[in-house]
Amino acid sequence: MSPAGWEIVIGLEVHVQLKTRTKLFCGCPNKYGADPNSLVCPICLGMPGVLPVLNRQAFALAVRAGLALGCEVAAVTKFDRKNYFYPDLPKGYQISQFDRPLNGKGSIEVEAPQGKKRIGITRVHLEEDAGKLIHPETEGADYSFVDFNRSGVPLVEIVSEPDMRSPEEAYAYLTTVKSLLQYVDVSDCDMEKGSLRCDANVSIRRPLAPEFGTKTEIKNLNSFKAVAKALAYEAARHAEILEKGGRVEQVTLTWDAVAEKTNVLRSKEEAHDYRYFPEPDLVPVTADPAFVARIREALPEAPAARRERYAKELGLTAYDAGVLTADKEVAELFDRLRAEGLAPKVAANWVMKHVMAVMNERHLPATEFLGKARRIAEAAKKVEAKEITGQTGAEVFAWILTTPETASVEEHVRKQGLAQVSDAGALEEIVRGVIAKNPKIVADFQGGKAAAMQALVGQVMRETKGKANATVAREVLERQLAAP
Amino acid sequence: MSFTELTASGIRDGVASGAFSAAEVAEAHLARIRDVDGRVKAFLHVDEAGARNAAAAVDAKRRAGEPLGPLAGVPLAVKDNMCQRGIPTTAGSRILKGFVPPYDATAVLRALAAGAVPLGHTNLDEFAMGSSTENSAWGPSRNPWDLERTPGGSSGGSAAAVAAGMAAVAFGSDTGGSIRQPAALTGLAGMKPTWGRVSRYGLIAFASSLDQIGPLARTVRDAALLLQAIAGHDSLDSTSAPREVPDFTADLEKGVKGLRLGVPHEYFGKGTDPGVEFAVREALKVLAAAGAQLVEISLPHTEFGIPAYYVVAPCEASSNLARFDGVRYGPRAKNFEGLLDLYRKSRTEGFGEEVRRRIMLGTFALSSGYYDAYYKKALQVRRLIKQDFDDAWKKVDAIVGPTSPIPAFKIGEKAADPLAMYQCDVLTVTAPLAGIPGLSVPCGFTPGGLPVGLQILGRDFDEATLLRAGRAYERECEWWKRRPAP
Repeated sequence: MSPAGWEIVIGLEVHVQLKTRTKLFCGCPNKYGADPNSLVCPICLGMPGVLPVLNRQAFALAVRAGLALGCEVAAVTKFDRKNYFYPDLPKGYQISQFDRPLNGKGSIEVEAPQGKKRIGITRVHLEEDAGKLIHPETEGADYSFVDFNRSGVPLVEIVSEPDMRSPEEAYAYLTTVKSLLQYVDVSDCDMEKGSLRCDANVSIRRPLAPEFGTKTEIKNLNSFKAVAKALAYEAARHAEILEKGGRVEQVTLTWDAVAEKTNVLRSKEEAHDYRYFPEPDLVPVTADPAFVARIREALPEAPAARRERYAKELGLTAYDAGVLTADKEVAELFDRLRAEGLAPKVAANWVMKHVMAVMNERHLPATEFLGKARRIAEAAKKVEAKEITGQTGAEVFAWILTTPETASVEEHVRKQGLAQVSDAGALEEIVRGVIAKNPKIVADFQGGKAAAMQALVGQVMRETKGKANATVAREVLERQLAAP
Repeated sequence: MSFTELTASGIRDGVASGAFSAAEVAEAHLARIRDVDGRVKAFLHVDEAGARNAAAAVDAKRRAGEPLGPLAGVPLAVKDNMCQRGIPTTAGSRILKGFVPPYDATAVLRALAAGAVPLGHTNLDEFAMGSSTENSAWGPSRNPWDLERTPGGSSGGSAAAVAAGMAAVAFGSDTGGSIRQPAALTGLAGMKPTWGRVSRYGLIAFASSLDQIGPLARTVRDAALLLQAIAGHDSLDSTSAPREVPDFTADLEKGVKGLRLGVPHEYFGKGTDPGVEFAVREALKVLAAAGAQLVEISLPHTEFGIPAYYVVAPCEASSNLARFDGVRYGPRAKNFEGLLDLYRKSRTEGFGEEVRRRIMLGTFALSSGYYDAYYKKALQVRRLIKQDFDDAWKKVDAIVGPTSPIPAFKIGEKAADPLAMYQCDVLTVTAPLAGIPGLSVPCGFTPGGLPVGLQILGRDFDEATLLRAGRAYERECEWWKRRPAP
């Protein structure tokens, strides 16, 4: 939400690490989580005399990212040096792109709270990542470590137009960018591992004012929620200043996620002068139209199109279609379950209820479940056919996750005696016991509390370890309780 | 004849035929270094063990009847801004004291693969910034022809080493004349190849868009031999040209008959030493007599070469030298408060005055608000200079004139006046700005007995024509046979 009487103007800069085999300018592996400084060479350490050589795969993935974001791919692109001193930047400059970015203008459609909205992309350019500073936790330590494993990892920087008008829109934009890039498989977009990072520019103005207000830039945003929170905080701060007749200073800030406030990192006067100039160690690169066309043809279906298709052709609700398509692997799993013969709604329920619950709880990617689609579908079919209860189905799902693909669902259900008990006769004795053991609930029921019946059914389910057919159990309960 | 008087091709042939061993040649050169380098101070680091091992390997190959490389047994000196695995490499700077690269420059690697015997690293102006070696953190080298004088620079150590017979050939690097000017001042053949002809991988960058490694040798044939071994595309340098390398020796003896040689009037006159001008004019007569056709031409933007060069080169240098921050190699300032102070003090202590001056020049010229007035303008001038040459190629096949307007000057003579020092490069900076190749060959002596260089400039990737013209002149006047006695 915008502060009352003000309009927020937001532009975002998103850095995304590309999923290449090796780094942007050398042959070191591009891998997260290795021992510090184990994936380095003279080139990514910026040693004297070494030279960069452009990674073709990174170039292709950057083109792919640009196409996914609707950008025009430049016919000729070049690299520039961005000069600044910092211990994580071994050359004292970053090889980036200044005036001839690989991907020019584009736009994407996002599902904003007020409906669909198109957000402009200014550019998507290719650059190298810096290393990482590690500050020791020892109290009073007067040193820091540098891990150069990340130095030279390829990034695309995605610069948006100042088209967003609320933190919610910014959130929606980020979600869409992430899902688009995951779809085309150029990046993991995992903020926790730093493969997606975001800086936000924000200003406010009176609605319909012709000019933008003075903007501030927020760095160190480590989740999409933090982006939305920081933007709301910052907009409110601007409003407070302006309403008191003050002026917003053009500053760079960092977001303190614990205190939930912004702190000034540097003022406009302290802003870096990056002294960009053309990188003389690399030659300009021509993106051959046939090469770009090949990449374009190989792009998978975009999430928006897939969402539309799921809703229209499969009859899913807009909400379900949205949830299933936000992550390409989730959609892939859904498609596989359907291929195993599940009806769309059943497959959707299983993915959303069972699979995604486990994904969220254990921070697992959907890819972990792809190989289990056949058995998951088998369990779902047994529930549909009322061979097992829904509760047993959930248990079988949990069992599937911990067992190899060769373990048979059929055999498991048979050996463990999990088949649903729908035979009223088999339940009579259990129901009698439940009534005897729960006089208070029985009294409640007979006193007119209809909800007490649900509790009694639950007890029957517990006694049968979830195997009882709930409808049959209810019938038997009602019959016995009605009996004098 | 002593081994140290042999040419590189003479050494190679002698070693290959078994007339003498690579070990004997190496020992003779190491002995020569011990004898004279105390006075000449060409070397910063002599690698006796490395030289002996390489020579022994060549001799073993010969005994085993294996094919020998084109530089088999040739003692080679390497400019100290070229990385060589395991050899201290400082680029003449205190800020790289103690740095031992774990990798080889491609040119070094190729020369070693061709059988060259590496003697060690030679002195230079710090980060190749200078024209006299006086900017070296380790003290100046001396000109073997007159120890009071500089050997020129920045590849002065390499030039002095070859001129004094301590090495048969040497690597230099040329950014604004750093191979050709010392070659001229010490009586050697020195070539700056076309930008992109030789890989820059492992060359500690001064100004990347200008830097180029090239040979210093006593004869044109030796220069061609060393160039041949190192030229050609390198997958580690994407700016190295992916084009075929011709056989530089094939047409070496073809002469200059019918060759059109342009004589730019801007290259003579004001600021040119009369002794230099006389020697060069005489050389032109010799070339004409050998059949070359001399054509008066104009390169109107020559005078803007120095100002354009002293913007472009410092701009690139300010960025290239940013990595030397006292954090990862070289000495780190002792008492500092915070990161910025660490950078400031380490860099102030580690860099010499001229390097600091150029870093500040370049940083200023690239700053926002000044970029258009300086860097962009300099690039425009650079295009005009290139255009001058392109226009010339419509009329001539090569351009001839002096390499340096003055002969070797005294140590200390220009050290206090940077602008006077910069002016030494007036005839050499335009070739790197245009990217074209240039060769300097000895063309006689001033009345005071100092060597003079004839510069021959050519079309992109047409080193062969320059070598052929240089050799044609050399055949007529065998100046190279005259040797200094340091």
